[in-house]
Amino acid sequence: MSDDHGDEERAENTRRVGLLTSLLEERGVVSERELDELVEAFVARTGPGQGARIVARAWTDSGFRARLLADANAAVRELGLDMAAGTAPHLRLRVVENTSEVHNLVVCTLCSCYPVAILGPPPTWYKSESYRSRVVRDPRGVLEEFGLELDPALRIRVWDSSAETRYLVVPVRPEGSDDHGEEELAALVSRNALIGTALAGAGAG
Amino acid sequence: MSLPTASALATRFDPGDRVRARVMNPPGHNRLPTYARGRRGVVEEVHGVFALPDEVVRGVARPRHEPVYAVSFESRELWGVDGSERSAVSLDLWESYLEAEPAPTDPVRSSPGGR
Repeated sequence: MSDDHGDEERAENTRRVGLLTSLLEERGVVSERELDELVEAFVARTGPGQGARIVARAWTDSGFRARLLADANAAVRELGLDMAAGTAPHLRLRVVENTSEVHNLVVCTLCSCYPVAILGPPPTWYKSESYRSRVVRDPRGVLEEFGLELDPALRIRVWDSSAETRYLVVPVRPEGSDDHGEEELAALVSRNALIGTALAGAGAG
Repeated sequence: MSLPTASALATRFDPGDRVRARVMNPPGHNRLPTYARGRRGVVEEVHGVFALPDEVVRGVARPRHEPVYAVSFESRELWGVDGSERSAVSLDLWESYLEAEPAPTDPVRSSPGGR
């Protein structure tokens, strides 16, 4: 599928959203200002930083870590986050943990499913045909393109979000971060690390 | 909305069960990725019960709800010689996308002294 198709589809979607909002405004259902406020509030409460907070808490609080791995929807509410706050309140959040034996990696081969209610919109590369089609077949090759060369002994688990569950990766806590507080630790966790295409502490992404 | 717990569901499969993704090519929408069709995997966990997207997109008034499972497929099972070692892909699949797969039996190898 070419990029042209994506552009066409985006243009069509933009046109339809524009029509819909102008009709809603015309009929007094919602005002432009209210819509702006909704979008601003959404952007303010979501983003990779929220995922980094979850990870930092999991690294420092073993009880939270256990609750997070068992039932992430409930555990993230402890941090004031809510999967149900998005447009699809029924979605399940599943947190998977990298270890010295397993590296986890997230994709959606059918479209671009992503834990939007927590992390905000996905990065562009996550939605690309190239990433989506190749990462399930050759995860090591794709990771190398991200500058990530994993130990060949490490097992890779790719999670294809093909249904109503959204995935978030807890990366391995970097060595030498023992004295770090939660905020300092969160700063080590990039958006790519939450998807599995980077390690924690490997610079912003 | 709270998620139903696995124990409260009438599930056909349990974690550890061997399954095979059905070979299907329905004319409408479906969320069984093509690359997994006909492939063997192992149920990892039960996600809960969710409306079947095949019926949701058709606008069926009361779409069927089914358990959804995380099913793990080894890379070599999916991609043959082009697969990679020490790698697996987990897909989230509705129950009707799956069928039970019998345990592998190889009469030669499973006989005493074999292997």
